[in-house]
Amino acid sequence: MSAPGTSAITAAEVAQSVRNGATTAAAVLEAHLATIAAREPDIHAFNLVTADRARERAAHIDDQVAKGIDPGPLAGVTVALKDNMCTHGVPTTCSSKILEGWVPPYDATVVSVLQAAGAVVVGKTNLDEFAMGSSTENSAFGPTRNPHDTSRVPGGSSGGSAAAVAAGFSQFSLGSDTGGSIRQPAALCGVVGVKPTYGYVSRYGLVAFASSLDQIGPFTNTVADSALVLDVIGGHDPLDSTSIPKAHPSLVSVLDQGVEGLRVGRITDLPAGADPDVQERLEAAFDALQSAGATIVDVQVPAFTFGLTAYYLIAPAEASSNLARYDGVRYGLRVDAPDTNAMYGATRAAGFGDEVKRRIMLGTYALSAGYYDAYYGKALKVRRLIHDDFQRAYQHADVLLTPTSPSVAFPFGSKGDNPFAMYLCDTYTIPTNLAGHPGMSVPYGTGADGLPVGVQVLAGTLQEPTMFRVAAALERSLGDSK
Amino acid sequence: MSAYDGLPGEWELVVGLEVHVELATATKLFSASPNRFGDEPNTNIDPVTLGLPGALPVLNEQAVELAMRVGLALNCTVQPCTFHRKNYFYPDMPKAYQISQYDQPLNVDGFLELPGGKRIGIERAHMEEDAGKSTHAGATGRVHGATASLIDLNRAGVPLVEIVSRPDIRSADEARQYVNELRAILVAVEASDAKMEEGSMRVDANVSVRLPGQPLGTRCEIKNVNSVRSVGRAIEYEARRQIDLIESGQSVRQETRHWDENDGRTHTLRAKEDADDYRYFLEPDLVPLAPSHEWIQRVHHALPPLPAARRAHLATCTGFAPDSEAVVSVVERGQDHYVLAVGHVGGDPGRALVYVKEAFADQGIEPAVPALDIAALTNLEVEGTITATQAKAILADLLANGGGDPAAIAAAKGFEALDTSALESVVDQAIVEQADAWAKFCAGDGKAMGAIVGAVMKATQGKADGKLVTALLNQKRA
Repeated sequence: MSAPGTSAITAAEVAQSVRNGATTAAAVLEAHLATIAAREPDIHAFNLVTADRARERAAHIDDQVAKGIDPGPLAGVTVALKDNMCTHGVPTTCSSKILEGWVPPYDATVVSVLQAAGAVVVGKTNLDEFAMGSSTENSAFGPTRNPHDTSRVPGGSSGGSAAAVAAGFSQFSLGSDTGGSIRQPAALCGVVGVKPTYGYVSRYGLVAFASSLDQIGPFTNTVADSALVLDVIGGHDPLDSTSIPKAHPSLVSVLDQGVEGLRVGRITDLPAGADPDVQERLEAAFDALQSAGATIVDVQVPAFTFGLTAYYLIAPAEASSNLARYDGVRYGLRVDAPDTNAMYGATRAAGFGDEVKRRIMLGTYALSAGYYDAYYGKALKVRRLIHDDFQRAYQHADVLLTPTSPSVAFPFGSKGDNPFAMYLCDTYTIPTNLAGHPGMSVPYGTGADGLPVGVQVLAGTLQEPTMFRVAAALERSLGDSK
Repeated sequence: MSAYDGLPGEWELVVGLEVHVELATATKLFSASPNRFGDEPNTNIDPVTLGLPGALPVLNEQAVELAMRVGLALNCTVQPCTFHRKNYFYPDMPKAYQISQYDQPLNVDGFLELPGGKRIGIERAHMEEDAGKSTHAGATGRVHGATASLIDLNRAGVPLVEIVSRPDIRSADEARQYVNELRAILVAVEASDAKMEEGSMRVDANVSVRLPGQPLGTRCEIKNVNSVRSVGRAIEYEARRQIDLIESGQSVRQETRHWDENDGRTHTLRAKEDADDYRYFLEPDLVPLAPSHEWIQRVHHALPPLPAARRAHLATCTGFAPDSEAVVSVVERGQDHYVLAVGHVGGDPGRALVYVKEAFADQGIEPAVPALDIAALTNLEVEGTITATQAKAILADLLANGGGDPAAIAAAKGFEALDTSALESVVDQAIVEQADAWAKFCAGDGKAMGAIVGAVMKATQGKADGKLVTALLNQKRA
């Protein structure tokens, strides 16, 4: 892989070495900063590298170790944060001009939790503006490039976070997944990406795109690292009313349990459209799990195919409301005009990119008097159907296996003039968000042009332990076959 | 009948009131910032209040409890409920949406009983957050023509309950009674200080007129009604405006109108077709609220006696009617406990009610005069030792000095009731002096008696018992 000397060891190993003094947080950080210096100009994973702050943090952690204080389970482990997570004193842009100059006066809960666990934030990563997109081409600050082939997209919207891990810029990163924005870029960049159950991780301080769908999750090099990170950031947060009010069982502890006796579902009525190279890797994954002792069962999820349509009503509807606060009154960009309404218009016209405007208009329309029932209201019913269809499928299967993305990473501009072609990238990931269920993408070899292919493992509400057992088995099978 | 109720012809007034009340919580509806009136502008703020990116609302349990108290005091059913977003742009609305309750409010289907016994239906009493406060600098003080607008977000996110009545109110006087009664209930259950002048209670009136038996007329919503007096004036003005329109062959246009206190008129604020489409949808940042049966019962049982019950009790103890002015105003002031206390220490509750009603308007819930002193005073009057007029003078003395011995004050003032024979000679003297008045009185002019009574009072320096004088005069005429 392209990350010299860093991705070969796991987050757990880094933390252990820092905690026992075998290495220092400073040394770990400098290795990552050197990698960033070498490759970031080609990749553009970051909107901002916070090297000075990171050095202070690393020094603090080393100081703690020297004093015999345990800095926590992620001691000295570097993390890159998608730039839609609020960081106290550090600009948070959502890759949008409309948040120009805004510096949050508070940390997102995940940021405080990671810091309390000893992690070192190296920077804020690029994204499609307000997480709307599947290629990171919609960033106001220019696209991120795929570390495996810089003529191709890293996927999106968390493209910067996926690329940062793939390029070795940080040990892990956090992204947000509303319709596939962690899993799809993870697949395209060849890393592990997890969207947990809705409510598993606090959303407090995550700049909202579609509140009922948004969920934070990790990008890592290994399944074990994702388990470790989720064990740290998962759990109830009194500041997020939608976070699940109970403790989650450790995921790290289930990784070695194997898949003997588990039922792995194949969705027979899955929408077509995956490329043959992707389909081939999916079949290999089924075979590997069967060899490891799982049973493959056929299931149907009839409403799966309506996911995309329902999503493009529900997500824009919520977004049209969530993004209304960017009005130039209190923070961010303001374009002056003779009266308040004209100022709103001028500010929002100048501050938002085309895709964001498209979704605000779509969502506003879907919620409007006279159209609500036909659009938003109907989409909510479809959402319920999708949830119920999944629930029925999970009576027969413990997990479901699908492609993550229909294709490997595609070249820049190849879908740029056709929003719908871009939307199709999320066909396989979106229904999970609508159901509130967990899903993760596990790298499973390569497809066309030697580019990474991801396989998606889906499970029912709070079935992360089972999902991780399957993901770990897939990862092991890849090691066996190498 | 009040002066407000003189609608011309057969016209019937139909009014429904929407009353916004700020709940007296320690903190805001969805954040930990203090809920406090009168602080430095923009000091009670936080990421949630400011609508900063990434901030999320967390429902205030105390606000729910106070809202439940309001609902239960208004005889509502408390039900599982949800929150919605009401989307609109305005500079003092930081998120560009208000979190409110829409089709599933906390409290539904109650009623408020006016002092006279009429029930006004309560459709719902739902929770929502307040907006910030805009101050428009410029000649008019309103947004039109303002040169700058100042925004204070201390109020943004303050918990409100919006109490929506059914259109059961039929006169301006009933509207004022409704507002007074609602305020008394809100204060009694300690849900709000309900001060219209500070904006912690705000009334919007939906007004329409119709002829008897006709369906409801087109209504107009009147905003900016900032006092109980204005409620009556605005409704009366608006009703006459609508009647004038209809009688001159025009029709009433459904619109929102602004009450102007200075010119005593309502003015068009916006027509119905210009109304915002609020694009309500379920607030995805909150979960449904389903107060448990136990919680509802606990709140219900902890409700203090409400004004209606207190009026009934005071009426029973004093012999007054429950909707008499004395009973209504004394309960409204929260001084019914005091009147009852006078009775408990051996005084006459009926006389005490009159004293308190007339002389205690500026005393609080705990008047400065010991109940025992008032009890003694009532007894002096009831026994006939002193007259009502003398009692009034002693009462003024007690109030000025925070109490005292009424008998000693009476002695010091030289108050003693004249015995009947002494009084009779004074009366005879007065009849002679006021011969003309006496003649008129004997001819059946009751008003003429006043001059003779006045002469008696003058001669006795107010020590005569007015009732006794009247009785003597009637006796002598017969």
